[in-house]
Amino acid sequence: MGTKEKKTKIDIYKAWCKACGICVAFCPAEVLARDEAGYPYVKFPEKCINCGWCELRCPDFAITVYKKDKGLKEIDEEQKK
Amino acid sequence: MPEITKLIHKYLRHDKKFPHVWCPGCGIGIMLGALIRAIDRCGFTKDEIVLVSGIGCTGRLPVYVDFNTLHTTHGRALAFATGVKLANPKLKVIVVMGDGDAVAIGGNHFIHAARRNIDLTAIIVNNSIYGMTGGQYSPTTPYGMKTTTSSYTHIEQAFSISELAVTAGAPFVGRGTVYHAKLLDSLMEKAFMKKGFAVVEVISHCHTQFGKLNKMGSAVEMMQWQRDHAVTVEKAANMTEEELKNKFKIGVLIDKDLPIYLDEYEKIREMAKTKNK
Repeated sequence: MGTKEKKTKIDIYKAWCKACGICVAFCPAEVLARDEAGYPYVKFPEKCINCGWCELRCPDFAITVYKKDKGLKEIDEEQKK
Repeated sequence: MPEITKLIHKYLRHDKKFPHVWCPGCGIGIMLGALIRAIDRCGFTKDEIVLVSGIGCTGRLPVYVDFNTLHTTHGRALAFATGVKLANPKLKVIVVMGDGDAVAIGGNHFIHAARRNIDLTAIIVNNSIYGMTGGQYSPTTPYGMKTTTSSYTHIEQAFSISELAVTAGAPFVGRGTVYHAKLLDSLMEKAFMKKGFAVVEVISHCHTQFGKLNKMGSAVEMMQWQRDHAVTVEKAANMTEEELKNKFKIGVLIDKDLPIYLDEYEKIREMAKTKNK
């Protein structure tokens, strides 16, 4: 984690995901893609522009986008809370 | 943006069965997210809110959220909500209904609640069909579409819920789609803060019934349809009749101030008290 570059973290909560494909279809930066079963996964995390539309449009509250200005270490710490 | 999901989870009843009952990609889930975000932004506490619903897919919504909730009979959600509001005017009463619930079975309750201007918020999810019962046509099914009860195409004209609400005298009417989720947030926020009967029509999709029968594709394709056919009120002002054909307006359709039923009722009580002295 030595680099200054901040990355985005996208969490997909598979237990609640129904593989509708909305997050993948409307992602403006084409970060997400669908696997063989249709479930989304993060293909290009570096492309994420942090718009949060996948999170807003997910009908099942199964996707979370963390802000880019936070480092991955901070996010990990936040999740432990 | 983990705050958004954290916020949603704050208001969910985690002892209920998740993932929720709606089909994959259903717009009601998106609308539920917008509802929770709007309630949180308005600063209401969980105990102040009463969420009333009728029957149908939308009727399942109060099960999942941790407010005071009431799951009532078909079409009568507004009647129950009126009772709740009159009994305890301090409560913020929000009614969630489907199109069949609001303007078919509960059509009479709907127009008269709007006419009386009782301080309620009605959120109507319009997916143009009765989804839960097997895809029968509803009053908002457009002309020429196929449903299980109009398999040779539908021959009736559709209701416009928002225009009906405006005509019936509702002081606040807004229309949004589940594709425009942020607009939905702001419309709901405005509706909750409005004193009087506020209506928010949410254009949603039923890809399981309506989409399948009319070959409109998956949830994604139906949301793309919403994106392509929705025009904001501001934009529509500069468009011709011809350009607006087959399109629908989204945004705040009407926002005016009218005397509220409960305030007027209080005045009558005061009048009666002074007269009897």
